[in-house]
Amino acid sequence: MGARFGRDAAIAAVPLRQRPVANAASRPAKVEAPQADRSGYNREPFLFSAYLPVRLSELLPGNTAVVREVEDVGSADPIARRLRDLGFVAGEPVRLVTRGPVGADPLLVQIGFTRFALRRSEAARVWLQSDGAGA
Amino acid sequence: MSTEALRIALVGNPNCGKTALFNLLTGSRQKVANYAGVTVERKQGRYTAPSGRVVDLLDLPGAYSLDAASPDEAITRDVCLGIAAGETRPDLLVCVADATNLRLHLRFVLEVRRLGLPVVLALNMMDAVSRRGIRIDIAALERELGIPVIETVAVKRAGAKALVERLDLAVPLPAVTSDGGADLHAEVRRLLSAAVSMPTRTAATDDAIDRVALHPVGGLLLLAGLMFLIFQSVFSWAEPLMEGIEGGIKLLGEWSVATLPDGPLRSLLNDGVFAGIGSVLVFLPQILILFLFILALEESGYLPRAAFLLDRLMFKAGLSGRSFIPLLSSFACAIPGIMATRSIQDPRDRLTTIMVAPLMTCSARLPVYTLLIGAFIPQRTVAGIFNLQGIVLFALYVAGIASALGVAFVMKRLRRDRSEHALMLELPSYRWPHPRDLAIGLWERGWIFVKRVGGIILALTIVLWFLSSYPAAPEGAIGPAIDYSFAGRIGRWLEVVFAPIGFNWQICIALIPGLAAREVAVSALGTVYALSGTDETVAAALGPLIAVQWPLATALSLLVWFIFAPQCLSTLAVIRRETNSWRNVWIAAGYLFGLAYVASFITFQVARALSG
Repeated sequence: MGARFGRDAAIAAVPLRQRPVANAASRPAKVEAPQADRSGYNREPFLFSAYLPVRLSELLPGNTAVVREVEDVGSADPIARRLRDLGFVAGEPVRLVTRGPVGADPLLVQIGFTRFALRRSEAARVWLQSDGAGA
Repeated sequence: MSTEALRIALVGNPNCGKTALFNLLTGSRQKVANYAGVTVERKQGRYTAPSGRVVDLLDLPGAYSLDAASPDEAITRDVCLGIAAGETRPDLLVCVADATNLRLHLRFVLEVRRLGLPVVLALNMMDAVSRRGIRIDIAALERELGIPVIETVAVKRAGAKALVERLDLAVPLPAVTSDGGADLHAEVRRLLSAAVSMPTRTAATDDAIDRVALHPVGGLLLLAGLMFLIFQSVFSWAEPLMEGIEGGIKLLGEWSVATLPDGPLRSLLNDGVFAGIGSVLVFLPQILILFLFILALEESGYLPRAAFLLDRLMFKAGLSGRSFIPLLSSFACAIPGIMATRSIQDPRDRLTTIMVAPLMTCSARLPVYTLLIGAFIPQRTVAGIFNLQGIVLFALYVAGIASALGVAFVMKRLRRDRSEHALMLELPSYRWPHPRDLAIGLWERGWIFVKRVGGIILALTIVLWFLSSYPAAPEGAIGPAIDYSFAGRIGRWLEVVFAPIGFNWQICIALIPGLAAREVAVSALGTVYALSGTDETVAAALGPLIAVQWPLATALSLLVWFIFAPQCLSTLAVIRRETNSWRNVWIAAGYLFGLAYVASFITFQVARALSG
């Protein structure tokens, strides 16, 4: 049974492996405290600063952010390609509507006028930025 | 205009109301088949335009992109490009888009516009647009897109009138065919800002329903309640209809007995045709009620919600939320269920779903369950409102689901390919199912069932009648005639194999024609007992008869056997066709038989020990 836990952990970890270097480089070196509510972005306490790029899988329910990019896992990732087809492209606002009843998975994501159920590992391909942090 | 039929294909995103529009345009004049060489459903219909020109309308599978991610999408792409085997390229495409979801659907319209075919955009669901206060400047959209844009409401009788009239005129090639490979998303944003104003992103009713339907506790309770309601209804509502059909077939049987002379023909009609077909047709009401529920849930947009709620559980078992819809269809029959797995993009998820689909309690097992439950489980009320027979039926369904999850889990553990596979499921707006779409869907499925009954099952009932009647008993024989027939010999030989799980030779005989379709097992039992008894009315009273003749342990063992019921050749044939592999057929048949035998063995031995 040990192998099962090991494999599940590996699946969950694949897309979370590392952040692309490009994001680290483009991250603002110094940040100012947010002044007011940024369209709901700061409604709840976060696990991360509003200025760090985060993954869609880390967004909390009820929050909105803007897509920065969709990251390929491996070369020619069909899941990333389909996500882009569905509208996950830079500058598009997304909202995490709710999460599934078991293990907070899958995620219900509103993009444009459409709602998609995405598994955590799929949502982890989508990098976000706060609404105003420079599209 | 030429007199040749105009070939028009409907394309569009999933959930754009394309099939409802297709049903509105063609009514019941539809032909459902497969595309050549693949297992994607092909729906074609025909209507006559006001000018008198005949239009052949093809309903292509829904696609998010022409950059295909599933066999369905590949078919749509290939037909649009004119490279699909055995298909003529359409003269004209009608691209259907949900007017309340243009951000997503316009991107596909732009892809379709590049194809170099005349395109008309049908903006569907315009009724919802006005309800939600969305404003669409049709003239601006038409100008910017360079293709005709027509408003439609697929659920209204005259909702496609403007479209039919526009299609009757000559449709030019798109004014803008080459956008130089521009970023389609940027182009969609430009179009939206030029022609559309949306006050809210989603419909308020959707949000309100989803707060309940997707609630971690409430949503699951609602789902469980719905499933339970469906199964209770299948069992109780169908009763008066079934009695009507039973009465009608009995009258036919009496008429044939009264007018025909005694002999082989009368025996064939009464003991072969009426005893066999009659006890099968009787279950049509239950199948139709089940399909009515499935169709209504599908049309209303609830099924993807159920998939959302169950995805994590099914994923743990090696399936996906998408497997839910095919598996739910398998409750009616594994054949449409396995065929519905075509919508699962991932081949691995698809194979697992196909392999466990036969474990879902198909409607063909209902005749067996109904017969045995009626004969052996007392009609008693439990906890004031529930019927004990209903509870046993529910338990049998749950056992099927549990074993499916178990088998899928084992398959997940055994396979080598452990790469990631996607869910990416759209949750469409809720809408009321339209009676026309429900009626057409029910008609299609009911017809498939009746065709199976009329074709395979009738043939097999007659074969069984022959096996059970010949060779005839010798002069002065003491035992019942069937003892001397081929069927009796085969049954007694099989009894050696099946005795440890409590099956008598009559059951063993019934399992043979049950290979063609599970429900035949009941009519076969009827035939076996009608022929081996002296009274011809025994066929009508099979339940009370077996209640006296069989021990309870045998009945329970047979019930458990039918949870797995490997003996359905049609299912195995569909697995062969859908997976294109005999290996999968042998694996499916082998594991189903093994599970059935082991489970029945345990049930029989335990029940016999307990009942002394």
